[in-house]
Amino acid sequence: MDFFLNRYRNLTVLLVAIVAQLVLLAYQVKSNGEVRLIRVWAVSAVTPLARVIEAGRSGMVHFIRDYFVLLNVRQENQRLKADLDRSKLDNQYLQSELSTADRAKSLAIFQQQSPSKTIAAHVIGNTTGVGAKVVIVDRGTGSGVQKGMAVITPDGIVGKVTSAYPTASFVLLITDPSFAAGVISQTNHVHGTLKGQGYSTVIVDYVQNEQKVEPGEQFFTSGDDRIFPKGLPVGEATVVREGKSYKEIFVTPSGLQNGLEEVLIVTEGVHMAIPEAQPTSQPVHLQEPPPAESSDSSATDAAPDQVPAQAPAQPPRQSGPLTTDADRLVDQYRKIGQAEKHVYGQSAGGAPNFNINLNPRPADPAPAPSGGQGSAPAGAQTPAAPLAQRSASAGAQNPAAPLAQKSAAAGAQSPAAPLAQRSVSPGAPSPAAPTAQGSASTSAQTPAPRAAQNSAPPSPAAPDKNPAGKRP
Amino acid sequence: MSDLGASFRTDFTETPLLKKGVSKYHVAAMIGIPLAAILFQVYVPRFFERLSYLELPLLVTVYFSLMRRSPVAGVLFGAGIGLAQDSLSHNPLGMFGIVKTLVGYFAASMSQRFDVQNAGVRLVLGFFFCFFHQFFYWVLGRALLGEALDLDLQTTLLVAVLNALVAVPLFHILDRLKVTD
Repeated sequence: MDFFLNRYRNLTVLLVAIVAQLVLLAYQVKSNGEVRLIRVWAVSAVTPLARVIEAGRSGMVHFIRDYFVLLNVRQENQRLKADLDRSKLDNQYLQSELSTADRAKSLAIFQQQSPSKTIAAHVIGNTTGVGAKVVIVDRGTGSGVQKGMAVITPDGIVGKVTSAYPTASFVLLITDPSFAAGVISQTNHVHGTLKGQGYSTVIVDYVQNEQKVEPGEQFFTSGDDRIFPKGLPVGEATVVREGKSYKEIFVTPSGLQNGLEEVLIVTEGVHMAIPEAQPTSQPVHLQEPPPAESSDSSATDAAPDQVPAQAPAQPPRQSGPLTTDADRLVDQYRKIGQAEKHVYGQSAGGAPNFNINLNPRPADPAPAPSGGQGSAPAGAQTPAAPLAQRSASAGAQNPAAPLAQKSAAAGAQSPAAPLAQRSVSPGAPSPAAPTAQGSASTSAQTPAPRAAQNSAPPSPAAPDKNPAGKRP
Repeated sequence: MSDLGASFRTDFTETPLLKKGVSKYHVAAMIGIPLAAILFQVYVPRFFERLSYLELPLLVTVYFSLMRRSPVAGVLFGAGIGLAQDSLSHNPLGMFGIVKTLVGYFAASMSQRFDVQNAGVRLVLGFFFCFFHQFFYWVLGRALLGEALDLDLQTTLLVAVLNALVAVPLFHILDRLKVTD
């Protein structure tokens, strides 16, 4: 035996070393555990050295920048950067909330709720291995970090904690080939699995070829993986093409774009809604409506032809698209305020009459008496309030608006429409008609024929039969 | 016949004749240099991502194994540096350990047949062991851990060439740390 060991001593040592490490490896794989003691020793030995090196490096760099290059700008830049990061988080939270609820409600929710609880950590090094996509952060179990926690930046997700030690933790980056997370697209809500490739881009796998994903679409965490809270930004799809069985979607991660120095470890995640994609609010060009065939002909004659042509040409009153109920409500109140010339918060007369009918429905069939300036089959029941609003926007004097305002100031229950209609009694000169005609001539957006029809004698039953006149 | 037996013995065993070429180092250097190499791999790629392809712990293992000319020392060196590297990675302990153990053993065995002071030999050995390290790590990852690792041959060869180019000046610098009798 001694002869054997002496003769094959090198091979024996090699075999012993290999077998011992194989047993160690097999134990870890079999028990799915790790030899924590050795790792704790190694990390505890390396972390102080890395901190000293990092402190020396950052101190040197800061010294040079602060005193030789930029005296105070660096501090200000840091503060602004921190403010910007906070604002990004707040903005993201507000956007997600505002997309699902109205403004007041979301503000109340925002005041009551707080976003995910996080702790800041500093990246102090990489792990060993060629092309390793695992970084070491200076927060460990002593700071409450646990294995499996999500790591993010204000720009997006970064990775997850794979090991936590007393003074440091290992963070597996999303670009690592062994990384996976559940994601969802913003526009079409397509679910997929985010996978790292070892490069700067990641892929979204398991998306069927039939599902619709477009380049430029944003991806967010879906929360399915129980690691990342739902609604965190992941990145933007740069390349989308069909594959053999699944789509090939390449995503540029947004959380790693600005380098990794400071990260946030999510200790208590809060799921958030996926923000709605912002619709394009570019102005739409509308062609001028065709001019009246004869200027001296009465508006009544032109009414049947121009009503359908001008109705779609009327542009929306708001500058951007109305996305929420709150937007539509605010727009409606603004129109009422314009119609009654009421300035919210400044008028001493109290609130305006919110029951004014701004968008009357097509009239119910009512016996319209003939006479006056012509028959008004459908427009006879149109109230004067929209007229007042339209003509006011065109800068014309409209007698109907004060009428409506008076009725609101007096607290009358009846809407402005009947008042305006009553003011143009049969046979009497209509105050609204000339104004409406004048405004129609100055502004293409004012439906002159309808205004002319409004000057027709109203039906006595119109206020009662028009439910829209009672409630806007 | 006796010559054949002697040459056979030099393959895997030490002989008193080869002890003449053995280099000696301070204990502090033999501990500090591998630690510095590991720290380099931990810290520097954070700022220079391209340098993550530099396998300084491997080069240090190869160097000490070559210069000590002892397979046992090479095995112990490789196992120690590999396990230290494993403990700072997210892989199970033993992956780098096994690979570097083999590298240390073969490097020490080869040092008994070649003039390891020659820069050309060092370049070739550096390239060979870097490629062997990457390839064997890939084999172990697939065979023992069942990981679906991809072996990009072109990248692996390029990494091996780069490491070999770095190995020559690095070995030259480390030669200055020898302790002369």
